[in-house]
Amino acid sequence: MSTALFIVQTLNGLQLGVLLFLIAAGLTLVFGVMDFINLAHGVQYMLGAYLAVMFYALTGNFFFALLLALGAALLFGLLLEFVIFRHLYERNHLDHVIATFGIILFLNQGVKFVWGAAPLTLPIPEMFTGSVALMPGLLYPVWRLVVIGAGLAVAILLYVLVTQTRIGMLVRAGATNANMVSALGVDIRRLFMIVFGFGAMLAGFAGVMIAPILSVEPGMGDTILILAFVVIVIGGIGSIRGAFIAALLIGLVDTLGRSFAVDILRLFMASSTARTVGPAIASMLIYVLMALVLYFRPAGLFPAKGR
Amino acid sequence: MSQADVSQATDIAAAPSRRLTGGLFLPLVIFSCFAIIPLLTVFGAETYLLGLVTRVMIFAIAALALDLLVGYGALISFGHAAFIGIGAYAVGILASHGIGDVLISFPVALAASALFAWLTGIVCLRTKGVYFIMITLAFGQMIFFTASSLAPYGGDDGLTIHARNTIAGLKLLDNERVFYYFALLCLLGTYLLCRAIVASRFGRVFRGAKENATRMATLGFQVYRFQLVGYIIAGMMGGLSGFLLANATNFVSPAYMSWQRSGELLIMIILGGTGTLNGAIVGSAAFLLLEEWLSGFTEHWKMIFGPLLVLAVLFVPGGLGGIGAALMRRLRRG
Repeated sequence: MSTALFIVQTLNGLQLGVLLFLIAAGLTLVFGVMDFINLAHGVQYMLGAYLAVMFYALTGNFFFALLLALGAALLFGLLLEFVIFRHLYERNHLDHVIATFGIILFLNQGVKFVWGAAPLTLPIPEMFTGSVALMPGLLYPVWRLVVIGAGLAVAILLYVLVTQTRIGMLVRAGATNANMVSALGVDIRRLFMIVFGFGAMLAGFAGVMIAPILSVEPGMGDTILILAFVVIVIGGIGSIRGAFIAALLIGLVDTLGRSFAVDILRLFMASSTARTVGPAIASMLIYVLMALVLYFRPAGLFPAKGR
Repeated sequence: MSQADVSQATDIAAAPSRRLTGGLFLPLVIFSCFAIIPLLTVFGAETYLLGLVTRVMIFAIAALALDLLVGYGALISFGHAAFIGIGAYAVGILASHGIGDVLISFPVALAASALFAWLTGIVCLRTKGVYFIMITLAFGQMIFFTASSLAPYGGDDGLTIHARNTIAGLKLLDNERVFYYFALLCLLGTYLLCRAIVASRFGRVFRGAKENATRMATLGFQVYRFQLVGYIIAGMMGGLSGFLLANATNFVSPAYMSWQRSGELLIMIILGGTGTLNGAIVGSAAFLLLEEWLSGFTEHWKMIFGPLLVLAVLFVPGGLGGIGAALMRRLRRG
């Protein structure tokens, strides 16, 4: 039983990891390239999920809903950038924090206003329902495998985009020294806008993919936002590679910690104490990890050069 | 010498301290207002108004502490609510064991927050900028989850305190008005301490590290030590705020130290203008009163409050303090 459980939880951890990566990728780019702290990145993930639910109700087809939600998330990201964020790049981090916090308040309440406070659900698309036997006696839901697969595919796509294309080169250069890139004649504003819109779309994509597993509710972006920040800080701000590794690390540590903390603690303390302390230690684990990483590597595991 | 010249001369003489804390006029107005509010409440709505303003003062203490870090030390802490929680839990846990006297709970609350600030400060202050923001957040979350798991003390649901703290055995604080003035006294003490710190030699080094840490190090100061002491002082002030909050509400819960609460503290000081001390008090009053006022209109008040924050950042850089300073300049000039 223990091996099967371990495999299932490892896959769950992987799934949380790729989800975190989808969100953290946009966050780390926006942070790295524009030096902009976007707390509102989490609500873009929430909005992706809500948009998918809405478009699914309209079209009745998950893939149309996915496409429409992605488009809408992209447009919304561009709109936010155009109306608010581009006026704040020159300001300090505190101004970023307060303005994006305002957007969180507005959108969390806004979705409650439009769709109600009750959690919504999105059905899993027909062809991906059910489970698949990974080993004899070990069933795993297909949709979760699809989420993992999609996340990994996006990671590869991003890797190719960032390392092999011109725009990716500019993004990397921008993360290292935005002023220099601008001085070399690149329209840095347009670059910012593309990065921002793309990041918003990725967060929206994460929201759509996870909507069939989790319930879609106001505030769902807040917890994941903090996790995503932990990821990008551990990975090194501005580094896609760092975000990917840190996201998987955090996903695995968090999931496995929650599943096995009590069992492990039981080895060396009374089981009633272990049941009390275990969950707390499991929730803390990733923050302990982050504190440790920052203690030994104050700029994260893969610091972008030049920062 | 014409009068204008004289006032200009005194302006220059007073410039350093005025730039730092904004003179004496504003704090006198603020504290006079706080002092006379209980006298006005004779006309009714007494407990409601007293409770609200007490809350403002309690959060103003935490905001002052945060302003000390952010405004004067460029140490943007995103986990300052942790100290409120620690102060509050010190009161709550002691009370649940039947110890409910200020003479014990007050020093314990301060000592606990100082200890936490010391332990976390050692790690946090190794990092800079954004990484400092995130690591303070991490420690805030750790203490949040610790509190959530304290099953003997209520866990997620929080802990009810059955009686307000006594002072040397006397039930003085049970009177709302006495408690109000007790909170005001704490706020005044914190404010004066902050001013003294900012103006002191210690404060100069602390502020110098904000401008240029390398230069301070070159001058022979161990910047890290100064920052650590500053961090501990600010943490203790946060603990004081929590101590009062627990007594004001007779309840403690992990929600006191959620990251949203830390964000709200930051908003308060930015709203009032950072690095002014007065701004921290004005900002917390503006934040809590606006929250109270808007939530009276509609349950969706956050849909108004959120955009207001965005507009404030876009069009009022420097916060309310910035507006005040601009008005004062205009008044003086013309």
